[in-house]
Amino acid sequence: MGKEKLSFKEVHHSHNPKTTLWWFFFVATCIKVLLFPSYRSTDFEVHRNWLALTHSLPLSQWYFDETSPWTLDYPPFFAYFERFLSVFAHLIDPQMVHLQDGLNYSSNKVVYFQRVTAILSDLSLLYGVYRLTRNLNSRKQKLIWSLIVWSPMLFVVDHVHFQYNGFLIGILLISLSYLEEGRDLLGGFVFAVLLCFKHLFAVAAPVYFVYLLRHYCWGGILRGFSRILIMGGVVIAVFASAFGPFFHLGQLQQVIRRLFPFGRGLCHAYWAPNFWVFYIMSDKGLALVLRKLGFNIQVPVASFTAGLVGDSSPFSVLPQITPFVTFLTVLLALSPCLLKAWKNPQPQMISRWVAYAYTCGFLFGWHVHEKASLHFVIPLAFVAAQTLEDARHYFLLSIVSCYSIFPLLFEAQEYPIKVLLLLLHSILMWSGFSAQFCDEDETASRPSTNSKKKADEVGSECNPGATVKKGFVIGWSERIYLIGLVVVEIWGQILHPLLLGDKFAFAPLMLISIYCAFGITYSWIWQLISIVRSL
Amino acid sequence: MGKEKKVRDSASDDCWWWLVQNGTSAVFITIGLFALLVRVAVSLHPYSGAGNPPKFGDYEAQRHWMEITTNLPVKEWYRNSSSNDLSYWGLDYPPLTAYQSFIHGLFLKFFHPESVALFTSRGHESYLGKLFMRWTVLSSDALIFFPAVLYFIVVHYNQPSRSHKSELAWHIAALLLSPCLILIDHGHFQFNCISLGFTIGAVAGILSGKDLVGSVLYCLALNHKQMSAYFAPAFFSHLLGKCLRRKYPIFEVLKLGLLVIGTFAAVWWPYLYSTQSILEVLSRLAPFERGIFEDYVANFWCASSVLIKWKRLFTTESLKLISFTATVITCLPSMIQQIKSPSNRGFLYAMLNSAFSFYLFSFQVHEKSILLPLLPATMLAVEEPFVFKWFTQFAMLSMFPLICRDNLVVAYLALLALFVLMLSAPVQHRARKSNYFDTYLGSATMFLILCCYFVLHIVYLTMHPPKKYPFLFEAIIMNLCFSQFVLVTLACNIKQWLLNKPAKSEEIEKKLI
Repeated sequence: MGKEKLSFKEVHHSHNPKTTLWWFFFVATCIKVLLFPSYRSTDFEVHRNWLALTHSLPLSQWYFDETSPWTLDYPPFFAYFERFLSVFAHLIDPQMVHLQDGLNYSSNKVVYFQRVTAILSDLSLLYGVYRLTRNLNSRKQKLIWSLIVWSPMLFVVDHVHFQYNGFLIGILLISLSYLEEGRDLLGGFVFAVLLCFKHLFAVAAPVYFVYLLRHYCWGGILRGFSRILIMGGVVIAVFASAFGPFFHLGQLQQVIRRLFPFGRGLCHAYWAPNFWVFYIMSDKGLALVLRKLGFNIQVPVASFTAGLVGDSSPFSVLPQITPFVTFLTVLLALSPCLLKAWKNPQPQMISRWVAYAYTCGFLFGWHVHEKASLHFVIPLAFVAAQTLEDARHYFLLSIVSCYSIFPLLFEAQEYPIKVLLLLLHSILMWSGFSAQFCDEDETASRPSTNSKKKADEVGSECNPGATVKKGFVIGWSERIYLIGLVVVEIWGQILHPLLLGDKFAFAPLMLISIYCAFGITYSWIWQLISIVRSL
Repeated sequence: MGKEKKVRDSASDDCWWWLVQNGTSAVFITIGLFALLVRVAVSLHPYSGAGNPPKFGDYEAQRHWMEITTNLPVKEWYRNSSSNDLSYWGLDYPPLTAYQSFIHGLFLKFFHPESVALFTSRGHESYLGKLFMRWTVLSSDALIFFPAVLYFIVVHYNQPSRSHKSELAWHIAALLLSPCLILIDHGHFQFNCISLGFTIGAVAGILSGKDLVGSVLYCLALNHKQMSAYFAPAFFSHLLGKCLRRKYPIFEVLKLGLLVIGTFAAVWWPYLYSTQSILEVLSRLAPFERGIFEDYVANFWCASSVLIKWKRLFTTESLKLISFTATVITCLPSMIQQIKSPSNRGFLYAMLNSAFSFYLFSFQVHEKSILLPLLPATMLAVEEPFVFKWFTQFAMLSMFPLICRDNLVVAYLALLALFVLMLSAPVQHRARKSNYFDTYLGSATMFLILCCYFVLHIVYLTMHPPKKYPFLFEAIIMNLCFSQFVLVTLACNIKQWLLNKPAKSEEIEKKLI
């Protein structure tokens, strides 16, 4: 980030925000390129297999093929996207897209090709960020860009572990930017497209539905009805173009079965830090206490720590959780936000609401992946630049959620990379926020930028003009929590292997999930309160 | 640092105020973390000689030294014996390198004993072995090079005239993100960060007036890699010049001389018990039998060998003499200038010039030695932004064939891009002022050279040379780099001599007042 310095001069001379955004992107790209030889998860082979599958099979067999265990389980647009990429893949190395010969193919060519596609597809993220921030002042812009374009989570998940989250979240941001501008129809259209790329984004669909209904379709029976028809038509057209061919072939049921594999169990092998972690732990705790008290408690056949979840209940005391229960919980958690959106559908609140929806989905959803925290951490970066309170919340949340994806990179080689990325992100956030919110007494004389409310906050927080050291300060409880994070990491990396050896090998991971679950739950409550309190 | 915090950057309303506003330490930590990240990422790439038996490359050499030093007594490290075959990557650096190998060897022995086991570990390659070896370089870099840079920056920007914080951050970035150093140390695999770190520390010591600290640190650098002698003329002449201007010149010179001898004695202690053992070590340090140049290096002998076949025309003995004379003659001007009027800026220029005359004219130069002249050029980056940029680019090009052999092209391109991005907005008001090249060469010529630069990369990567001249592309690359290096050193020699002028006029003004 030394280079920012340099770039600031450039900006100073050219005053072109686009150049600066490109500069951010290219610096990130250099790091991504340097990460080419790093560890790749099975997701890499998953996507390679999808390239091969879409390239060598006719459409009718895409959702039936089982040559590789990594069957296609994303909606059709993503399959079309892979089909598009496979054209270039075929030009570069035909073996890459061969269904059988390509299995676990890992030459430099395939690695470089797939890594490059991940980098290039990030352009959609870049465009989304640009659209969402283009009306902000230059300080806020740079702050948000550094939070998103240099997001450590995206580096880890997309460019080491390997996925296309940047691309998909970029589409979400584009949709949000249309909504913020009041172009609801386009916003809804882009969101429908996003759902056809990855259906997990559907958690925010209720928010979109209520918001669009109230903001776009409301007002008079005739106008409302025609607008419902227009919006419905657009959404149906998008879904038809995605699923139409499969409907025509009569494969819709198979596609749906692939998209929603409910047999997978409540939690992923590594527990995402969500509400169900508490549920499982309290079940274990209750079972222990009751057994002590003399009750006869059966040890469940299926166990969470073994990663195997069959049909039998994995709980010994508490009732079993079914997908339907999680669905209801998510809806219940969402309801205050939906109510707000119904009462007062404001465009400037939409990012907050959508992020909240994804938080609910993450916290209460069925078989949630730890990576899903990206869905709300990235949109919340826009919210973070608004007030000091938001910034404080974001500071904690982004550190916690970035830490919670550490177990994705479990090999020693990548250890310094994930730690350095997180440290760098934290210090950049810290400098950015302290400059944004505590240095404003200088700019306060120029009344253009801040609202009165903000100026008050700045005044109370930073004692303008006083000798007190300026800086972005977080509260004591947050500080202790973050220090605890360091303790958890030291325990898992050094003390646990030293003291306990191979016994309870799952314990450090469990500890990370539980500890991070506290942070995410705090963030959820914080978001809920801020939404309920808002006008 | 406290001082700087108070100084308000003139450009405080620009958009990058936030990194600078938290003071030097925050800036340094941020850039330092980023530089570490880049280094770790580069270390994922292959090292020299990976999977290439029987001799492998520098990685195997360093690993072998760790194996030797941890398994044999100190006295046998430089001695050919049944357990220490000097013809297989025998130790050929001074004792400090051997001690460093010993410490790192202990680290490896503790965590991964098979990678440094005597005999059986020869050609050892494994995931963990590579990882721990990489971490030895990373830790040396973080423990020696980074603090040295911080020391230099603190000293360099403590002078009241330098208050531009953005410049300070830019300078830290230039020093810590030097692409050549990162590629050689963390890609190719060497420990240049240690000797260069000591050198930076020595420079900082001398700039802050602590000549004794400076000379001790420089002796350590010299004892880690004998190549650090490239800077010897500059250190010698600058310190001599300074001593001569003090009250008791002879006493000052004696003090420094004794300190230098003392430091050397301390480092060489285990070998001081007999003349023979000293000679044993010394003979390892000067590998004259390897010829005047190896491979392709952008210096005078290699570049001119296209026309004059030095190796055929002269014996090794006479070549030694010729190259020595040429080196001394070319670094004399800058030495004389420093003895006549030693100054902080002049010292940095003298370092650049003497390192260049060694690189261009001395015996047995590696392409990696370009790191030595590059270091003072980086320290001068704020004064000479254009020279710095131009020089770094061509230093990268001059190592390109080596990098290709090591399969580090991806890292090379990414680092080069990162470097250009870093410079994409240099400190512009200065760049305009001191753009020597522009006036000498003209912008059209420079544009042409840059085109050649890019075309050469592409050609080297994609085309096969004609069978008759298998090293045609290397020769072209080296001649282009050589010509640019000569231009850089000429410009810097002139610049160094011009330093006297304003100083004199100031003195005259003072006298008049």
